Amino acid sequence: MMGAFAAATAALLVCMAMTLVRSILGPTVFDRVLAVNSFGTKTVLLIAVYGFLSGRPEFLDLALVYALMNFIGTIAVMKFTRFNDLAGMEENDEEVY
Amino acid sequence: MIDLIHIFLFTFLAIIAIVVIRMRDLFAAVMLMGIFSLLSASLFTVMDAVDVAFTEASVGAGISTILMLATLSLTTSKESTLYQRPRPLALVVVVLTGAALVYATFDMPRYGDAAAPINHHVADYYIARTMDDTGVPNMVTAILASYRGYDTFGETTVIFTACVGVMLLLGGARTFYRWRRREDAGDPEPRP
Repeated sequence: MMGAFAAATAALLVCMAMTLVRSILGPTVFDRVLAVNSFGTKTVLLIAVYGFLSGRPEFLDLALVYALMNFIGTIAVMKFTRFNDLAGMEENDEEVY
Repeated sequence: MIDLIHIFLFTFLAIIAIVVIRMRDLFAAVMLMGIFSLLSASLFTVMDAVDVAFTEASVGAGISTILMLATLSLTTSKESTLYQRPRPLALVVVVLTGAALVYATFDMPRYGDAAAPINHHVADYYIARTMDDTGVPNMVTAILASYRGYDTFGETTVIFTACVGVMLLLGGARTFYRWRRREDAGDPEPRP
């Protein structure tokens, strides 16, 4: 069983390396945003698997909170790339000032 | 296995740091800094500093990235290459400082050393008495919320006040103008 977790950790580290390559090379903005998002997912998975690997499954809670935060962070980044603002566009909201 | 994870994560950190320095596209640099924070958070978790890891993930990968993007939306996202002359003196200073810091770590107790002073200052008292004094099963929670309760309360008050102040400063004017425009459009709404 421990071998399975070790193999999963190794696979995750390889995935992290590949995501890293895409985020460094990535020609467009969206490549990089997607790379950061999936790197966050890899972090969540790594923490979860590491919890089981070191015999402390409580880390799973931490991984869940990271997943939520990663989601919110990606939404915020996308809003900034699209609207240059966190609030986004409201209806009949041309220009505030 | 755990040493292997450490080596891999530290290698990723070093790669990202070098790439961020070399990169001229600031948006990409901000994204890479987000990855840097996530990596640091995983490293802190692997080293059992779970609370530090959580702060790093929320502040480093969350808030800082947003603040940087907000700054970039107000300025341009290309780095100026005006001051790119090589400076050998700066390199020497940086290498010397780094060497001094590495030399200083030789005096530090080993990671997780039970005989280190940090593990014997007040830790023994907390370990022995937490359950009797507070009845909280988690020791870190007991220290933060009970032994240092007033301190945590003060911190929370400061952060709440700062948050309200920033929201009023940044969002207040916008809301005010929105109300005034609605009044001009003949849609009177009570102003607080």
